[in-house]
This record gives sequence, C-alpha cells and structure tokens, in this order.
Amino acid sequence: MSEENGSDRSWIAQAHDHSIDAEATAIQEGSAANPRDWPRDAVVSGQMDSEAEYYARLQEAALHAAQSAVTAASTANDNQLIHAIRMYDDLERTANELAERVTEWRLAVEPFSDTDARDIEALASSTPESPAETRLIAVAKQVIKLREERNKESSFIETHASAVCPNLAEMAGPLLAARLLSHAGGLEPLAKTTAGTVQVLGAEDALFAHLNGQASSPKHGIIYIHPAIQQAVESERGSAARALAGKLVIAARVDHYSGEFTPSIHSDLETRMETIHSREAAEE
Amino acid sequence: MLPDGVVIHPIDGEKRLCTEGESVYGEPHDDGYRVWDRSRSKVAAVLAQGIDTGLAANDTILYLGAASGTTVSHVADFAGPTYAVEFAPGPMRELVALAQTRPNIIPLLKNVKRPKTYAHVVESNVDCIIQDVATTKQAKAACDNAQFLSPDGNLILSLKARSEDVTADPHSVYDAARNQLREVYQIQHEASLEPDHQDHHVFIATLQS
Repeated sequence: MSEENGSDRSWIAQAHDHSIDAEATAIQEGSAANPRDWPRDAVVSGQMDSEAEYYARLQEAALHAAQSAVTAASTANDNQLIHAIRMYDDLERTANELAERVTEWRLAVEPFSDTDARDIEALASSTPESPAETRLIAVAKQVIKLREERNKESSFIETHASAVCPNLAEMAGPLLAARLLSHAGGLEPLAKTTAGTVQVLGAEDALFAHLNGQASSPKHGIIYIHPAIQQAVESERGSAARALAGKLVIAARVDHYSGEFTPSIHSDLETRMETIHSREAAEE
Repeated sequence: MLPDGVVIHPIDGEKRLCTEGESVYGEPHDDGYRVWDRSRSKVAAVLAQGIDTGLAANDTILYLGAASGTTVSHVADFAGPTYAVEFAPGPMRELVALAQTRPNIIPLLKNVKRPKTYAHVVESNVDCIIQDVATTKQAKAACDNAQFLSPDGNLILSLKARSEDVTADPHSVYDAARNQLREVYQIQHEASLEPDHQDHHVFIATLQS
C-alpha cells in the first residue's frame, strides 16, 4: 500500500486481527474515500497468496458480515421503534422548551441587543460577560447537544423502520410510520385496526367532541403531515386522508403478515392520489 | 452481441434467453440452461432487445440494487467476481442464501447512495456497473459510484421513473437524469424498457475520457 493513499485501507487492513469476525466487522463498519485494486494490493503486500485466495476470503467474510447485519436488523422490533419515536419527541420538546427559556431570559437581560435573541447556536459559541450569560451559554450548549441527539434518534428510526415495517416506512416516511405504531400500540394492533381509526389517530379529542355532538368529525389526525394530504387543496383533504389511511393500513397488514416489500401497494396509492389531485385541478 | 454464457435456447418449444446454471428461484430450465425472463429482469430485457452492453464472460461486476438476487444469479452464471449491494435486510437474507451456493457473489448490506461505506471492499476498475435501484436520485447514485468503474467499462443504468417522481412525466425524469449523468459519463446508448418494464429506461454509458 503506497504512502500517499494511507487513509484508504482495505477491509483486511481495517480488521483488528485476522479472525473472520474481525474482518466481517471491518466490512460492515469500515469505509474508504476511494476504492483501490484491493485484490492486487493483498497479493503484493503478501496478505494473500493469490487473487483466488483473496476472493474466497472476501466472500467468506462478506457472507458473515451480511448474516450478522441481517440478524441484528431482525431483532429490531416495533416496540423499540415506539420507544425511539417517543424519545425523539421528548428530545425535541425538551430542546425547544430550554431554547425558549434561554431566549426569554436573554431578552430580559439585554432587551435592546442587536443580536438575534433566538439564535441559540451563536449564543452557545459566544464568550460570557456576566454571571447570567454564563448560565445562558451553558444551557444553550445543552440545547445544541439535545438537537444532535434528536437527529441521531431520527437516523435510528430511519434504519429500524425500514427493517420493522418496510411498506409502512416507505409509504408514510419513517417518522410518521413510527408515530402510527406508537399511537396504535404496535404493528399488530395497527394491522388489525380499521382505516377509519388510522385516519383519526391522534385526533381523539376532536373525535370525542364530535361523538358528543359538539363538532364536525375530524378529517385527519397525525397523518395530517403526510405530503399526500399537505399537497391536497382544503376541499379535498378529507378524501385524501381517507384514501391515505386506507393504503396505510394495507401497508401495515402486509408488513405484519408477510413482511415483504410490495411495490404494487405504493403505486396504488400514487394512482389514487393522482385522481384526487386531478379532481382539484378540474375544480380550479 | 450476447456475452459468452448467455444464449437463446429452446425451452418448452419456445426460444428463450438463458444462462447456464442450476435453477435458483423456480424458473423453467432444461439441459443445464435456465430461463432469464425479460419481464422479470431489466438486464435480461436489455440483452433481449439486442442492445450492446459491453458485458463479457468473467467480467468483474458491481451490482447496485441486488434485491433478492434474481438477476444477480444470472449475471453470476457468466461473470467473474460480482459485488452485490443491497440495502434492505429482507431481500439480503435471500441474497446470502444464493451467495452460499455461488462462490463469485460477494453480498454487501450497504446503501448505494453512500459508496464510501464499501469503497474499502469493492475494488477499483470494475468492468461493469449494473444499477437497478428503486429510490430517488438514481442518476446521482450512478455518478457517485463512477469511481469504481474502469475507464473502458460500462454503466448499465435501469432508471425507474416512478421512483424519482410519481407525478412527473417519465420523459422529463429521463431528461433530468440524462443531464446529470453527462456530468460524469458519456452516454453510448439509451432505450425504453417497455413493454417488459413500465416506465423504465436504460442508459448504457462509459466514463468521460
């Protein structure tokens, strides 16, 4: 391996030892900026006697790595996803509450300052000039850390949602998929519920107000944030929500009972939404 | 035009595209040949159309979007080392089972949008990159993976219009992809894969010299 490319090391070089476990870990977790002629490198450096030997070892280690990663993904379950989305919401809410508190205090300390009192990032990297500012800066730094954790929670949810409920994650997006699981209490209850329930999950207050005869029925709950509903005009949001809820519950059923990614249910939703959107266009 | 190892062979009285090997997923087979169905595999559709892909026996292949390995199994029948990248754990389980019977398939559970996560495994100068992923930004993924391709190698990109934007006209999706590919590649040939695969378009490209 030449000196100038020292940062690009093969999976063999990134393994802690020559065991198949270490090499599998290196394949799954390692990286390089650029590929090189790894088979030739391995032979030239004496790590392998021949390219044939290199490929045999690589396949063995890659199989091992893929099997371990698949096993790890299969132990991911809906329960973990529910914890993760609740953690995500807690992190976000806590970060926002602290940020608001910091801003409020800051405005009381220096009401006529030119700087944007809401800019937590700028505050966190500034130098304190009073005991109050010391407190504000310390908390601002925590707000930024909490936001970083929220982002990491979001990537965790992304990878796990595509393993736990690939169809629901594809259709709803990983965060909304996790939120639906959280409201329904898991993938099985979600799969066994009705489209009408999914449509108003998260709008229970409005629903009970309606059942008591005090209000009109809610059109949508947490699915409100889905692009299919956001993109619909006001008058068509009810039908968009009904159609989406129907397809989401089908996605949840496929995920629960088969677990296979099924492209046709996604194109069904697209076709349905195109019809609804074209109806809007006709009205305008 | 067909690579060595890919033949037109009569199966049940009908001339079908075939590779030589044991049946893998229940496809019709006869006499050591197994049917490579053009309506199931985009690469089969490309070859059946008579498009020159540059594919040759014993080529080193980087296959992006291997899924459960239907097409990969046929490619591995005639190719050399075949790096099979797939992101979803479900299909990967089947791909692993396939690779256990085929010493030249190297399965990688990786995201094709993040080539750095496998650049320490996949070698440089592969003879062919085959890409068939149902995600957004397919042309960008092809460009990001150009670093693996040999200067005289080919990209075979099967572009799924509906994955990019379901509401857009497929042709405007292909136009946008073509422009982006040209930043890195020189397009040698392109064709629609209909009626075998609806709203799919194939680009055959080489690296810009």
